[in-house]
Amino acid sequence: MSTLTIEKLTVGYGDGAPVLDGLELEVPDGGVVALLGANGAGKTTLLRALLGLVPARSGRVLLNGADLTRLSTEDRVRRGLALVPEGRSVVVELTVAENLRLGALWRYAGRKHSGPAREAAVGQMYELFEPLARRRDAAGHTLSGGERQMLALARALVGEPDVLLLDEPSLGLAPLVVAQLLGVLRDQAEATGLTVLLAEQNVTGALSVADRGVVLSLGEVVADRPAAELAADPALRHAYLGF
Amino acid sequence: MRTLDLRSGGAKLLLRAGLLTLLALGATFLLDPYRNYQLATSAGVFAAVAGLTLLVGLTGQLSLGHAVLMAAGGYGYALTATWVADALAGAGGEVADGVVGWLLPLLAGVVGALVASGALGLLLGLAAARLRGPYLAGLTLALVIALPSAASTIPGLAGAQGISAPFVPVPDALAALIAVEQWHAWLAILVTACAVTPLVALRAGRAGLRMRAVHDDETAARLAGVDPGRVKAGAFVISSLAAGLGGVVLAIVTQQVSPGAYGLGFSLLLVVAAVVGGLGSLGGAAIGAVLVTLLPWVVDQATAGLPADLGHRLQGNLEIVLFGVVVIVVTVLWPGGLSRLLPTKKLSQNTQLFQNTSLSQNTER
Amino acid sequence: MTEMDPAVERLVFLMSTGLARGAVLALFALSLVIVYRAARAVNFAQAAMAIVPVYVAFAVTSASGSYWLGLASALVVGALLGAVVERWLLRLVPQDNPLPGIIVAIGLVMVLQAGLAIAFGPDHRPVHAPFSQRPFDVGGVSVLSPYDLFVLIVAAVVMGGFAILFNRTSIGLQLRAAAFAPETSRLLGVRVPRMVTLGWMLSIATAALAALLLVPTGLGLDPHAADVLFVNAFAAAVIGGLDSPVGALVAGLVVGVLASLVTGYASAATAPLAVLALLTVVLLVRPHGLFAAREARTA
Repeated sequence: MSTLTIEKLTVGYGDGAPVLDGLELEVPDGGVVALLGANGAGKTTLLRALLGLVPARSGRVLLNGADLTRLSTEDRVRRGLALVPEGRSVVVELTVAENLRLGALWRYAGRKHSGPAREAAVGQMYELFEPLARRRDAAGHTLSGGERQMLALARALVGEPDVLLLDEPSLGLAPLVVAQLLGVLRDQAEATGLTVLLAEQNVTGALSVADRGVVLSLGEVVADRPAAELAADPALRHAYLGF
Repeated sequence: MRTLDLRSGGAKLLLRAGLLTLLALGATFLLDPYRNYQLATSAGVFAAVAGLTLLVGLTGQLSLGHAVLMAAGGYGYALTATWVADALAGAGGEVADGVVGWLLPLLAGVVGALVASGALGLLLGLAAARLRGPYLAGLTLALVIALPSAASTIPGLAGAQGISAPFVPVPDALAALIAVEQWHAWLAILVTACAVTPLVALRAGRAGLRMRAVHDDETAARLAGVDPGRVKAGAFVISSLAAGLGGVVLAIVTQQVSPGAYGLGFSLLLVVAAVVGGLGSLGGAAIGAVLVTLLPWVVDQATAGLPADLGHRLQGNLEIVLFGVVVIVVTVLWPGGLSRLLPTKKLSQNTQLFQNTSLSQNTER
Repeated sequence: MTEMDPAVERLVFLMSTGLARGAVLALFALSLVIVYRAARAVNFAQAAMAIVPVYVAFAVTSASGSYWLGLASALVVGALLGAVVERWLLRLVPQDNPLPGIIVAIGLVMVLQAGLAIAFGPDHRPVHAPFSQRPFDVGGVSVLSPYDLFVLIVAAVVMGGFAILFNRTSIGLQLRAAAFAPETSRLLGVRVPRMVTLGWMLSIATAALAALLLVPTGLGLDPHAADVLFVNAFAAAVIGGLDSPVGALVAGLVVGVLASLVTGYASAATAPLAVLALLTVVLLVRPHGLFAAREARTA
């Protein structure tokens, strides 16, 4: 069971008004939740605050009941939280294989013979993302945008996180690539019970793979419904999602 | 509006520079010969530090090699002045004896110093225009290390022992009134005034604005029609000219120029003086220059009573340790430097602006 | 065996000596590259920080009679000094602009070098090499001395060790990732501040080793004994591209051989000028070095 619970989370920059104000949200075990909202709704801030990249003014973040709020980013990651930030965060100076090895570092940590097990986990990613297998020794900066996003996703998956947070994975990618990435994401969630929080402006795409949709507006949750219902509600769509 | 201000501002500036110079000249009457000698040395160091602090503070270019630019000025002065003095002596007694006998070599020497330091400054400036911080610092450091080699390789510079500069005697009219140290202090004050006053005007004017613009955001400056390369190179040349005049002062006071006097230690002391005074502040540069000239002497006095071995070890080193600590503390805790202690004047608003935008980012964190 | 032309003999001797000097230079340049990778900054206090452990090694060797104990203590003290300076001093300095860091490094240079002069006195202390410095005679031609050979072997071992560390181990992978992309690395669980400290420790220990190898070939030990080494190594690191260990290695050897040839054929005084000229040309023609193009930074 890997439930992500957000309690009364308030986050802001400097002395300004809070970007997130007392936000409450629960992402249940194995759920795929789409985080929707216009530009500036606070999606990216929420994801960064969950990882501790932006300090919270108040409130708590719990993973499986354990409080993460006081932990550093590195420790949150080692506890099973993973974030694929916006903009294809591949380390461009490292090769594809090195990026994946980096993602797998904490998997099986503390166990004997973790090396071969990690290699096997990396091998699974190559099966999942065929194009990466062909380019495993290529440096990150030679990859195309789609390949980079694939690598970023694979690097997060190879660490076998309990909860995966994704920030706009479809941004700037061709529709076919987006469809493929989201498909892999859905299959992985179904196969491994991975819990996913997916921030997207591409509402249809996100809702098609999610089982729940949460709409964020000005730092507050304004709707929290099953994905199909949300996609079918014209009033809500119109008010918050702009279509 | 700015140009209008500048005209009346220019007159005010000249007036203030004149008053300060007169004040300094007057002060020499209160000092004994050794103090006047120290004052003259401080003045030479001040000219170089003023050039350096302007360069670092306004354009963000760090030079670790300003001692070499001073040396260039010193060599330029000594070679030219000696050459002119020899020519006058050859031309016959009457000309060589009067005021012309020392004034003409002096003025020619100053021109020679400006040419030498300006040329070297231009070369460095052209490099600086293309380089970011650590690269320029490294290049200027390599320059300091190479100075002794240059002195022994370039013909006429006489290697490690250096060359001598002509002695400037007290004019007959003043001979009864002042000692030679005081006379040299006067010359030092006048040369330094000529070096620093243009820097003040420059900083307050359009050129200063351009330098700050380039420092804050090169791309934005470029879009506003300012050529960052030219501004950086220009700033380096101007800074070098001031350092060169500083070299002239030291050559007049010590009557010699040698590579040993302008080594790495001295070059770093110039940086110390600029940092301690507050980067970008000319008033702070004056305080810094006095500090780096006087502290070694104070330490010598203080350690004179100690046992010979300990005193020998502390001599020349204790003040360096102190300077190092002060530089670290000032940079980490107090980025405005000692210039914060100076009364805020209209002209120094620019400094404050600079400190707010770039250096005091430290304190914001 | 045919007699060799004296001119060729001299060339062979100068080249081989230059290679040994170049190996020391390459080690020191590598230490600059390591710290540049870890902290994105050139450490202008590298020479002073490297010479402190050499004094410790000198004291340990004098007390124990063992060169090897001294060498080991230099490595340990170098690593500790790197950690202390990074944690307690440089973390206080703002990182958004290289200037404050350089100025603090200058302050540190003054404190360390003058502090050493106070503690140990200003004189040069003769330092003996653990092996003979008399060149081998190969078929009538003087080439490397046993000590030169030792220096080359040590340098090769250290370089090889770093190649394995950086490219084959998990720590090396984390060091590189933390250097290139700090935030992404944190998101992958890498403790970036710890990696920066580790980078400083490795760098200063390497610099100390290079200085220790250099001192017996020079005038002896004094607080400024590594200053010229720093300037030459800076030139080598810049020529190689500050980001590239391979570049530092190649450029270090090249600068070493060049300095040896200039010293041999012109004069010792000309060598710094040659290095200065080379540095200037490279900075003006290719400011990012000759080997850095591979690692194009697009992010």
